Amino acid sequence: MERVTDKTIITVVGQDTVGIIAKVCTYLAENQINVLDISQTIVQGYFNMMMIVDMNAAAKPFGDCSKDLEKLGEEIGVSIKCQREEIFQKMHRI
Amino acid sequence: MINIWEVKETNTMIEQENLDVRTITLGISLLDCIDSDLEQLNKNIYNKITTVAKDLVAVGEKIENEFAIPIVNKRISVTPIALVGGAACKTLEDFATIADTLDAAAKAVGVNLIGGYSALVSKGMTKADELLIRSIPTALCRTERVCSSVNLASTKTGINMDAVRLMGEILLEVAEQSKDRDSVDCMKLVVFCNAPDDNPFMAGAFHGVTEADAVINVGVSGPGVVKTALEKVRGESFEVLCETIKKTAFKVTRVGQLVAQEASRMLNIPFGIIDLSLAPTPAIGDSVADILCEIGLEYAGAPGTTAALAMLNDQVKKGGVMASSYVGGLSGAFIPVSEDQGMIDSVQAGAITLEKLEAMTCVCSVGLDMIAIPGDTKATTISGIIADEMALGMVNQKTTAARLIPVIGKDVGDTVEFGGLFGYAPIMPVNKFSCDDFINRKGRIPAPIHSFKN
Repeated sequence: MERVTDKTIITVVGQDTVGIIAKVCTYLAENQINVLDISQTIVQGYFNMMMIVDMNAAAKPFGDCSKDLEKLGEEIGVSIKCQREEIFQKMHRI
Repeated sequence: MINIWEVKETNTMIEQENLDVRTITLGISLLDCIDSDLEQLNKNIYNKITTVAKDLVAVGEKIENEFAIPIVNKRISVTPIALVGGAACKTLEDFATIADTLDAAAKAVGVNLIGGYSALVSKGMTKADELLIRSIPTALCRTERVCSSVNLASTKTGINMDAVRLMGEILLEVAEQSKDRDSVDCMKLVVFCNAPDDNPFMAGAFHGVTEADAVINVGVSGPGVVKTALEKVRGESFEVLCETIKKTAFKVTRVGQLVAQEASRMLNIPFGIIDLSLAPTPAIGDSVADILCEIGLEYAGAPGTTAALAMLNDQVKKGGVMASSYVGGLSGAFIPVSEDQGMIDSVQAGAITLEKLEAMTCVCSVGLDMIAIPGDTKATTISGIIADEMALGMVNQKTTAARLIPVIGKDVGDTVEFGGLFGYAPIMPVNKFSCDDFINRKGRIPAPIHSFKN
């Protein structure tokens, strides 16, 4: 049984370098993944970005996108993680 | 909307503080498999388990991927086999064939352990119960994934001392049969007082007769997360300390609740309970003993340990209860010796004894867990230790258990390796004085006065 709707959180953590956001966004655009919100910050010299995206119309299943992004992260030297939003909602909201 | 700091906090818990879901345990009733023909019974059991649990591991992995939360174990618990096999099994070997079937079914669906090779004998043993208990050494030694448990006592019924005496002998037999492997098969055997019907943790998991046909129970963990949270409140009052533990336990348990609901939805099997537990592993930073040290003890076992553990256990429950719609199982802090690096350090430093561990089991979940003792310990002495632990559970109206490992050929000063998540354990000294005449009395210890509540 596939889930119906829900947002996905993409986190990117690593050494700051030119084009991280561009590369991630290009992948998302190519795969019909809609970006709803982006926030980023630098913590102790590390680039931290969080994107809230809607993957309902995505060209590939969740697992494939997650693996692709992980690979993309390895290529640009950062760690990219895809997680369904509920884990954060459950933990931080009553 | 969720913010970047909240996301970062959750992911730090997972990546650096060993937050995980310890187990998704699928409970399966085997009552409808019962047949007086042994071959048919074994066939029914295999078919039911492999049908109901066929997607368990795949679903567990899918949830792991979608939330990026590790789910360490996927397991199965079944109806106590003494009940299921009673009509068909006339010999020890008959019962052992059911263990073979459980082992084969576990392998077929890819779960690492299957619990329920069990008997519930808190008041008396049927012929089938006794046969099953006597078959435990054979069953455990020739299977890989089968776990066994025996409920020897309860607050309502008292302590079945005949079964306590028998289990001392059985445990030594299990140890003897696996002596070439440091008696490791003993870690697949646990005895209980007030065993819960819905415990997801091994070796004591079984699917009680009060349960539905199939049910999902989830055990959460997270000693590392609690330890890290407490590092930030060093020197603060008990009020601050307790609030911090509660909030952390809430967060950890909510993840378990989410995983349980998702597993239940994907498998189309009802959600049973969340077991609110602090279950350690030998990984550095995943230790309950380290939390006790963070609270202010030099080593677990120092004076004050019981009070600190009582507080910890209570706050974990208070935080966790609100995070979950149904709570059950063992629920509390586990204090296994071998599976917790901090506890191992305590034993090696001489800070903790078997007697102190016994006191600690009065105020936390479970009991004397994963404790290696000298292989030449007498059966009656083992029964005596078990009886003490049963009495604590009976009088305090709580679950207690004993999972002792008499390591044949080893003595105090030696260490035994169990491998993987089970860790290693220094052999602990046992009180040498005799309890033979006590254990050799026949019958049972009556239920305590406060059990008569009607």
